[in-house]
Amino acid sequence: MRQSLLPLLAIALLASGCGQRPAPDADTGGSAKGDFGPPQGHPIKAVLTSPPHVPPPTGRDKPAKVIVELEVVEKEMAISEGVTYTFWTFGGTVPGSFIRVRQGDTVEFHLMNAPDSKMPHNIDLHGVTGPGGGAASSFTAPGHRSQFTFKALNAGLYVYHCATAPVGMHVANGMYGLILVEPPGGMPPVDREYYVMQGDFYTTGRYREKGHQPFDMAKAIDEHPTYVLFNGSEGSLTGDRALAAKTGERVRLYVGNGGPNLVSSFHVIGEIFDKVQTEGGTHPQENVQTTLIPAGGAAIMDFRLEVPGSYVLVDHSIFRAFNKGALAILKADGPENLAIYSGKEVDEMYLGDRALPNLAAVSQAAAAAKAGDLTVEQQIDAGKVLFSGTCSTCHQANGEGHPGVFPPLAKSDYIAKDPKRLPQVMIGGLTGKVTVNGVEYDSVMPPMGQLTDDEVANIATYVLNSWGNPGGRITKAEARDIRAKSPVGSVAAH
Amino acid sequence: MARRAAVLLALLPLCGQAAPPGDRYVTVPGGAFRSALRYEDAADGTTVAPYRLMRRPVTNAEFLAFVRAHPEWQRGRAAVVLAEPRYLSQWSGPLSLGDARPDQPVTWVSWFAAAAYCAAQSARLPTWTEWEYAAAADETRRDAREDPAWRERILSWYAQPSTGALRAVGGQPPNVYGVQGLHGLVWEWVDDASALLVSADNREQGAADKLRFCGAAALSTDDRENYATLMRVALLSSVQAADATGNLGFRCAKDLP
Repeated sequence: MRQSLLPLLAIALLASGCGQRPAPDADTGGSAKGDFGPPQGHPIKAVLTSPPHVPPPTGRDKPAKVIVELEVVEKEMAISEGVTYTFWTFGGTVPGSFIRVRQGDTVEFHLMNAPDSKMPHNIDLHGVTGPGGGAASSFTAPGHRSQFTFKALNAGLYVYHCATAPVGMHVANGMYGLILVEPPGGMPPVDREYYVMQGDFYTTGRYREKGHQPFDMAKAIDEHPTYVLFNGSEGSLTGDRALAAKTGERVRLYVGNGGPNLVSSFHVIGEIFDKVQTEGGTHPQENVQTTLIPAGGAAIMDFRLEVPGSYVLVDHSIFRAFNKGALAILKADGPENLAIYSGKEVDEMYLGDRALPNLAAVSQAAAAAKAGDLTVEQQIDAGKVLFSGTCSTCHQANGEGHPGVFPPLAKSDYIAKDPKRLPQVMIGGLTGKVTVNGVEYDSVMPPMGQLTDDEVANIATYVLNSWGNPGGRITKAEARDIRAKSPVGSVAAH
Repeated sequence: MARRAAVLLALLPLCGQAAPPGDRYVTVPGGAFRSALRYEDAADGTTVAPYRLMRRPVTNAEFLAFVRAHPEWQRGRAAVVLAEPRYLSQWSGPLSLGDARPDQPVTWVSWFAAAAYCAAQSARLPTWTEWEYAAAADETRRDAREDPAWRERILSWYAQPSTGALRAVGGQPPNVYGVQGLHGLVWEWVDDASALLVSADNREQGAADKLRFCGAAALSTDDRENYATLMRVALLSSVQAADATGNLGFRCAKDLP
């Protein structure tokens, strides 16, 4: 085992030296192998992007000096429809601007704090090697600029955030984002890259309570968020703003979790991640349904879209998705691919045995029957409800049945010939050949012994008075008599 | 505008307490006090001596009068080492307010300028402890800091972006001492602001590099729940004495005669 690893390691070392990706299981060497010497060429100004966009690959095979200029802005923005919140932002958005550099780059970081800011701010980048991750070197008063420089020694996807007192409040107000440190060979090419970041938010008002909502420190300390959101506001990635892709494309998501409190069970409904670089690290896991993203952590997900439609990004701690806002949409356009996913093939009612939508009509009819003043109308109403529960599954809600399998009850000459056949078949079942409206059927209807005499009478009366049948009524007494004569029905009698 | 300011001034004495009409200062009685900051030499709290504190932060109109009388503190004349280039940049000119309203608190003032203003009034800037002591009060209590509602009120100011115009001084309810606008208006310079060097990285806890600080500056916070105070200290420790910001003003204090 040990022996077989050696050649791999050798390859890995070679690879990192000449700008290729390490073999899958090889050790990258971490920070000890991340210094590729002094920066070469002219300094480069980093391209920063607002979510959900990701800057283009650096496309470099040499370390460079990269200048990052990030401005802190405190601003009021919508957190939900009709609800505003004062966010503290890196670059004017939540999450903050996406930063992309290459391993070995020397990053000259400028943090500007807008003149109309109320608070001092700083930045801790998890991709920095050094105490505080830059925090102590970037403490910046309103209307000031700080500068510090670091060498990005480790490849990976890293969270950055504000670390000024009180840290929790600064993070809860949206002060986080992602910095990608590309491995020397760059990221494997894909068709689309997107930037999504989860965060939990704490407002004094309830979820979706309108108006301007202040931060609620007590809820934050208790870790009871009002909102759990992707990209800082409800609906930031739905409707017209949904992430877009086409079938056949390979998509990569850079997903971070700013917290401040919650851990995310990140899942895309209807997709399986072909590859996940869990925790933003180097070696991918394959074929993953849901990946855990810690607060202050990130992950990279690659997948290929085969089937068109809407894919829903959620925190699978699922109440957060449907009751606190942690929902986003990835919309895939393209031709259907029925061999992989058929779409809906069957859509019919299944209500279980007794799961009836509204039993009021049934109980009214039962009460009336007991009182002895049951009308035909009451029987029809009760029968309609019962029919939709038990009978419509085969005979269909419109009584048309299913050609060649389930005989029609609508305009049925079989019923017209003898209306008592209805209670008889319900109680005793029917097996074998039967001709209805000139069509021969040969199948089995089991006895519906679970139905009471009342129910049999009401269903039969409903059928008799529906869909062009001759009308009339079946009484409870008639149903009872039929059951008494039926060998099967008597067994199931109540 | 000038007339409205005059009316406000006329009304002011009504709000005050235990002070002669027209006096810009109130007397804050001394007492025992435990700061939200952990002073190593005051583990069991400290005693604040009685002092006099301005009812309201210094306004644009008042500061304009000062720079008229003291041209060396006019914008463009004050040395950059004492007041950064943006000093009084909200005014339209060295001696004209422009869009800045006379009754708004003066901001974009450096610590040096604030201290010079107070000295010209035979006063001084309050110490942090004096400021914190007066600011611990609400309308009815001398120390309301344990009341979550008091904290919530202060935090709600922090939750408002400061893109709108500053509010006029004098509109805030006087606290139990008769002092107005300690919270919810502007940050305020204190005499020992440069000693309030809390760590730039709040998370360093006990391992802070104390060698960077001297004297009373080996500070850390004692009351972690008191974010309201913590954030004010964070702001003060982020600025240098020549710095100015659009939200940082001041008021003066005096010893008792």
